[in-house]
Amino acid sequence: MEFFKYTKTFNFMGKSKFAMFLSVVVVLASFALLATKGLNYGVDFAGGTIVQVKYDTTAPIDVMRDKLKGNALFDGASITEFGSPDEVVIRMKTTTGSVTTDIGDVTREALNGTGNYEIRRVDIVGPKVGSELKEKGVMSLVLAIIGILIYVAFRFEWRFAVASIVALIHDISIALGAITLVGLDVNLDVLAALLTILGYSLNDTIIVFDRIREGVTKGRNTDLADIINESVTRTLARTTLTSLTTFFVVFTLFMFGGEIIHAFAFTLLVGVIVGTYSSIFVASPILLAFGFDVKNYHVKLAAKSKREAEKQRMRDQFESGVM
Amino acid sequence: MKLNYRIVIFALAIAFGIFFSLPSLTQSENGKKVTLGLDLQGGLHMLLGVKTEEAVKSHIKSIAASIKHYAERKDILLDSLKFNDESVSFVLLDSDDTKVIQELLGEIEGANVVVDGENISLSLSDEEVERTKKQAISQAIETIRNRLDQFGLAEPVVARQGEEKILVELAGIKTQEEEQRARELISRAAKLELMAVDEDRFARVNSMSAEDAAAYGDIILEDVANPNIKYLVRELPILEGSMLTDANVGFDQNNRPLINFKLNSEGAEIFGDFTGKSVGKRLAVVLDGKVYSAPNINERIGGGAGQISGNYTVLEAKDLAIALRSGSILAPIYLMEKRSVGPSLGADSIKASLIALIGGFILVIIFMIVYYRMAGIIANIALIANLLILLAVMSLFGATLTLPGMAGIVLTVGMAVDANVIISERIRELIYEGKSMHKAIEDGYANAMRAILDANITTLIASVVLYAYGTGAIKGFAITMSIGILASMLTAILGTHGIYEMLEKRIQKSKNNRLWFGIKG
Repeated sequence: MEFFKYTKTFNFMGKSKFAMFLSVVVVLASFALLATKGLNYGVDFAGGTIVQVKYDTTAPIDVMRDKLKGNALFDGASITEFGSPDEVVIRMKTTTGSVTTDIGDVTREALNGTGNYEIRRVDIVGPKVGSELKEKGVMSLVLAIIGILIYVAFRFEWRFAVASIVALIHDISIALGAITLVGLDVNLDVLAALLTILGYSLNDTIIVFDRIREGVTKGRNTDLADIINESVTRTLARTTLTSLTTFFVVFTLFMFGGEIIHAFAFTLLVGVIVGTYSSIFVASPILLAFGFDVKNYHVKLAAKSKREAEKQRMRDQFESGVM
Repeated sequence: MKLNYRIVIFALAIAFGIFFSLPSLTQSENGKKVTLGLDLQGGLHMLLGVKTEEAVKSHIKSIAASIKHYAERKDILLDSLKFNDESVSFVLLDSDDTKVIQELLGEIEGANVVVDGENISLSLSDEEVERTKKQAISQAIETIRNRLDQFGLAEPVVARQGEEKILVELAGIKTQEEEQRARELISRAAKLELMAVDEDRFARVNSMSAEDAAAYGDIILEDVANPNIKYLVRELPILEGSMLTDANVGFDQNNRPLINFKLNSEGAEIFGDFTGKSVGKRLAVVLDGKVYSAPNINERIGGGAGQISGNYTVLEAKDLAIALRSGSILAPIYLMEKRSVGPSLGADSIKASLIALIGGFILVIIFMIVYYRMAGIIANIALIANLLILLAVMSLFGATLTLPGMAGIVLTVGMAVDANVIISERIRELIYEGKSMHKAIEDGYANAMRAILDANITTLIASVVLYAYGTGAIKGFAITMSIGILASMLTAILGTHGIYEMLEKRIQKSKNNRLWFGIKG
């Protein structure tokens, strides 16, 4: 089976203006969402408590609310369904410091008389740990981006590195926008998903860039747009295929992986789609916009190989004793 | 068909994968298995903080107690011995004793002594305060570890995290009651004090305020069973639990559980001295600030053995004995973070992630065969080998499999075939260009190599950062992702290359590109 004919080259760069326009609009929309609605930090980063309760029958949410009323510890607590009508999570901004009787135990007591229930999960994150996790989270994103930037600059050229980072920021922004739109809690798992998107999207970009690099060094053609079109087309089957297989698994994770992994799977789902798009329609056009000069690169390459040949000649002469 | 070094290495890798992943797959008793994370098997994860300033306070208090004891033994008369959070002070009645007392104070480590005539005060140096705080943390870790080792759960984790946090992880907790017991055992100060009852003023205890008592150097303590019963005792204890050498559960004549304890030689001496001169008075056995009993002293008690009776169950007595044996926690600990997952939720998570894994796996396998035919089957062999090796490496190193880790494996399934997709596309291209089968395969691998390496290394960079900065379950995701990527380099690049080399003659002979690579011609 073949998705794309080998003989046809698509003119991607011809459509890059429209793609750029689309990207800018979506990214700006994401920023607007982030600025107005804002990210919804979960307990991992904001601190607070989550208690997951499973009932034998449908959870009596109204009765539960009533029971929790009156205790200052539960002020502003929200109770929402979690995966099925039998199961709910109670989210609170408050935490307690006692080891023997914590807010989870207080909740268990308070829910007495609401039916047959089991407390399945208690997450308590104190404010200090929450802010530490947030700090570490931001650090990890920044460090990963810097590490990748250095690697790509070292393996390719700085313009490639910058183009791939722009594509990454594009992907992360849109993923964050989607999370805000749906109103998911941002916890450690979402951060892990964002870092995975980073790796995945870059993976895609690098495969395309590798082809462009090959086209630039080996080909006779010096028109960058042509080289890019050719490279993107040649890798199109691969990009589609890998995106499809990855999409398959992330989709099954999203559908069947359970409620706890929902936010993680959703973030990845968005990331796989946006990451695939960006490697074709964002990273490559930026490379073009930066005015990567193929002729100039050829001259540089020639100079480099000349220098190496010269070195080799010197070494040979030295070894054979002729100075 | 011919053997080549690639296929041999690949076969060895598969053998390794099968051998070491078998114990985990069959859940057999023998052999190393993958450890399930707390989120999958259920358990308790806690980050605890230590109120170190309390340790400094209690250090000051014990210095005050030892000054008092020493003065009594040497017949030095002291007046208004007082202490607060930072210092101890007293007045020497006979200035002839200055030299003796200064010698004693000089022996106390890290103490700044100020002598102003008869007024003597002592405070701790900054270094000593720091040292005390540090020691309180190490001591808390040590003590909690000792206690949990005796609690009966398999492999409890107690470790320092950062400068001053304590990480406690307990896997395999089955019930809420068990979790409660464990938490009580961890946080119990288990501070045993033997204190003298102030018989002179005892009659007035119910009308006294805490300030009144303090004016006499006394404190008011409640009875453990009935808070309405109050005891007036001397503030400085005669003895502390640090002089305890052993504690065990015993039974009284009515077959109710009690705790027998033994004191070390120094403790036994002090105990003997005190009981000898306090016949007819009462001795309060105080545990964590509550009076458990206050028996009359009938005679001098030598040998340094004692009992703590109370109204507890055998299980409570057992936990208490463990706590006393393991030593007390000098500074109170408090909860900074807790994640507790019930076993039923863990089982649900395993089920859900397995369904996702198997579902994703089947989809990818079918898709690869439909698109690439034989090349797809070869890629699938590599994928299966990849998963086996991933599981084997994790079992071998005792890595922990968490729920995000399962997600990492699912993702690996999707991404591991990428290398084979890149290679197969290259080979297809070269076949279209009319290259010979041998050249197409060799050049296909050579051309694809650089891209695969660059792509995998960047993904690895992200995974390593995630491992370094992630916590708990997230680390599990970084682990499975990293091992999956590394294993895919072996299986998808080296392994499949070996298979093609072996089958090359056959592929050439058949000339059926549709069968082998899913393309026309």
